[in-house]
Amino acid sequence: MEATIDNKLTAKDFVTDQEVRWCPGCGDYSILKQVQTVMPELGLKQEEIVFVSGIGCSSRFPYYMETFGMHSIHGRATAIASGLKASRPDLSVWIVTGDGDSLSIGGNHFIHLLRRNFDVNVLLFNNQIYGLTKGQYSPASPMGTVTKSSPMGSVDHSFNPLALALGADSTFVARSMDRDPIHLRGMLKRAHAHKGTSLVEIYQNCNIFNDGAFEVFTEKATKKLNTLMVEQGKPLIFGENADKGIKLDGFKPVIVNIADVSPNDLWIHDETDRVKASILVRFFDSPKMENPLPRPFGIFYQEDRFCYETSMNAQIEEAIKTKGKGDLDALIRGKNTWTI
Amino acid sequence: MKSTTEIKNDVVILFAGDSGDGIQLTGSQFTTTTALYGNDVSTFPNYPAEIRAPQGTIAGVSGFQLHFGSEKIYTAGDASDVLVVMNAAALKANIKQLKPGGIIIANTDGFDAKNLKLAKYPDGVNPLQDGSLGKFIVHEIDVTKLVRVALNDSGLGTKEIDRSKNMFVLGFIYWMYNRKLDNTIEFIKDQFKKRPDLIDSNVKVLKVGYNYGETIEAPMNRFEVKPAPVEKGTYRSIMGNQATAFGLVAAAQKSGLTLFLGSYPITPATDILHELAKYKNFGVKTFQAEDEIAAITSSIGAAFGGALAVTTSSGPGIALKGEAIGLALMLELPLVIVNVQRGGPSTGLPTKTEQADLLQAIYGRNGESPVAVVAAYSPSSCFDMAFEACRLALEFMTPVFLLTDGYIANGSEPWKFPAATDLKDLKVSFAKNELKEGEKYLPYKRNEKLSRPWAIPGTKGLEHRIGGIEKENETGNISYDPDNHEFMVKTRQAKVDKIADHIPLQTIDQGNTKGKLLVLGWGSTYGSIKTAVKEAIAEGYDVSHAHVMYLNPFPKNLGELLKSFDKVLIPEINNGQLIKIIRDKYFIDAKGLNKIKGLPFTSAEIKEKIKELVATK
Repeated sequence: MEATIDNKLTAKDFVTDQEVRWCPGCGDYSILKQVQTVMPELGLKQEEIVFVSGIGCSSRFPYYMETFGMHSIHGRATAIASGLKASRPDLSVWIVTGDGDSLSIGGNHFIHLLRRNFDVNVLLFNNQIYGLTKGQYSPASPMGTVTKSSPMGSVDHSFNPLALALGADSTFVARSMDRDPIHLRGMLKRAHAHKGTSLVEIYQNCNIFNDGAFEVFTEKATKKLNTLMVEQGKPLIFGENADKGIKLDGFKPVIVNIADVSPNDLWIHDETDRVKASILVRFFDSPKMENPLPRPFGIFYQEDRFCYETSMNAQIEEAIKTKGKGDLDALIRGKNTWTI
Repeated sequence: MKSTTEIKNDVVILFAGDSGDGIQLTGSQFTTTTALYGNDVSTFPNYPAEIRAPQGTIAGVSGFQLHFGSEKIYTAGDASDVLVVMNAAALKANIKQLKPGGIIIANTDGFDAKNLKLAKYPDGVNPLQDGSLGKFIVHEIDVTKLVRVALNDSGLGTKEIDRSKNMFVLGFIYWMYNRKLDNTIEFIKDQFKKRPDLIDSNVKVLKVGYNYGETIEAPMNRFEVKPAPVEKGTYRSIMGNQATAFGLVAAAQKSGLTLFLGSYPITPATDILHELAKYKNFGVKTFQAEDEIAAITSSIGAAFGGALAVTTSSGPGIALKGEAIGLALMLELPLVIVNVQRGGPSTGLPTKTEQADLLQAIYGRNGESPVAVVAAYSPSSCFDMAFEACRLALEFMTPVFLLTDGYIANGSEPWKFPAATDLKDLKVSFAKNELKEGEKYLPYKRNEKLSRPWAIPGTKGLEHRIGGIEKENETGNISYDPDNHEFMVKTRQAKVDKIADHIPLQTIDQGNTKGKLLVLGWGSTYGSIKTAVKEAIAEGYDVSHAHVMYLNPFPKNLGELLKSFDKVLIPEINNGQLIKIIRDKYFIDAKGLNKIKGLPFTSAEIKEKIKELVATK
């Protein structure tokens, strides 16, 4: 619903009286700022917004948003939001979760939320580390990550969160980063606009336990060479001087010098192409390897599919239409009675 | 041969056969017909955990026991008068429960060499022929053959023909007890709407079974069990899980809220999900979650949004929900948790009954985490207690456990059902924005019941955050302050304790209000205790019976009542759980009587203990 002009909300309206308690320098501050900035632009009433979180550093988020909010238990925000949206389709529901919360303890609910396609938004703060428990490797940490619980390096193969999401038939898959406010705000707006579960993975720096995990993607010196910002209908171009591109050789993406190929040969991004999206989310090379594929950011896939709560309510309306509104006496009485 | 009719006050019939023989259906049909006739009746289905356990084996035997009479019936009966067995394994598994002089109706086809071997009878031994059943009256009927002959021109295949064997048996039992076939014929017509050929064949076999009784050339008694002198009114037959579902729908209607059920299938609770999934035209939302944890947490989300939220499960599922129950009590949101108890621990005995989750319900969470606990005591009381659980959850903004168990969940009895207008009004008012300029909304400011306001999303000006972390009194902001934590722990406890002011006082079900012995029960032991105490009183023993339905908190007068008796006996289908709480709370040297066999008490077992404790009359 549109907010009325005389009641125009600002980012300030979404700030609570609570002191923000993340570590100084944490990437979460930037994300909070962008979310508060975007909220007034979404045309929502403040009271119809709900933020739900689980456990972890990122999950303190609801306490800092002047909306309805619930800080729940580890891994379950997705399931709580499912029940909330099922019972209240009128609300704008935002889930804030981390890589531990959603990919580890909450992995099950995460994939089921995506396949059911409730119309909610998931902001997955990925810092590739367990922060609140003081620095153990997470399911998103690259293999070999040295932490207190993996002194010789972790032997876990890590998750590719967006490939996992596509595998669960997610209808909106995007990636952004804490250090690129403009891009992040754009992704948040698109996530809100998408009808269905919108997953935005946000690379977020934990400057205490995993500082610099994403610096090649976020720092000026290395960003252009290592990242690929995808935009609908535009060719996949990156590089120091936008001089490199991606072309598909069969199903294999290859890096080419733009000067060497015709513009028609480049991969043109199409958010609605599931096959290409599944290749795109597999651009997951370690930047440390030789000639890695750049890490893509943007909206990889978007599909319109019916939402769980819509179908659930349609069945209820259908049942009322065919059977009439439930009559409690008739229900209790049943078909067979006898009188004494 | 002409048969004679004998009058009986009460009869127990046990139908037994392979789990694929349609035993449960046969039993439930006889139950409905006999209830419609006006008998009081109580049933106990007893079936294996496997859907199609190995045919012909003892492990695969499915049973349906029903007890009906011309007097008030409180249990499914200690031992049976009639044992209907479809095969040798069914006989072997149940012969111990048949009264001396009892009647055995045996399908001889189920006693061939293969079936005898599967039932593990020694080579060459057939109990129907070796005289071992001498103290019983045995009627051998080749049901399979008679059914095949009856349907040989039906055009059906042998498999489909054999599937109607249970209708023959049912028809025959209807003849024995002089019952009309109408109700079952109507049922068959409804069941096979899309297969007219199966309507014809099943109705035919039902009648063939009945007529077999008419023409049988052997001395065969018929029995008459007159209608029971029950309270005037209109009745229906009800199963426990169905009653629970009705109670929840009723509470939703009376509160004006949407009923939301988050559930994951688990025996023996699943039928509540099945039942509620049918009532979409009541606006009921059922969500079959991906696991037990999502089942309860989705319900918590729905409760936050203003729904009447419920989750249903059984022991192992409740264990998985533990952390989320803690969250619900921290958030102080209304939530009903139904535990249809089964044999534990771990997977335990999924299809058998037990009352071993009482301590789990009251104490089974981390931290100081009080929740209200109520228990149903019979199939129809599941309706009342489900309704009560919702009332308490809404009035006190708290999770409430409803404990039932496999015995009452699947058992059935006649129910003098209430009219919707006679049910309490549970009208809920969500918090409204009545804040003055500059005033902050306080989500944890309590009323006289210590209950906090329910401010649902969409209410302008009441935006607030709640969570599982300890919170500051009134504001709900995160607080690690030591004094505040102690205060909040005590306050949450005081709130649950306060429920005692809003529940009925404990009454004596039978006997005097003071005396030598009080039998204190809870849950599904009601019928067995009731029958045992009734008989003991009739025999002159000084004994009374009280049955607790509110287990946390207890009714305010319970301690005083217990102290009015010299001795207290607490029979439980567990290793002693209520007794621990009673001893702890009231310093009473209560005696336990415990049975942990996955089966209900017989009334004889309880009566024996009563006599032992009250040695002198």
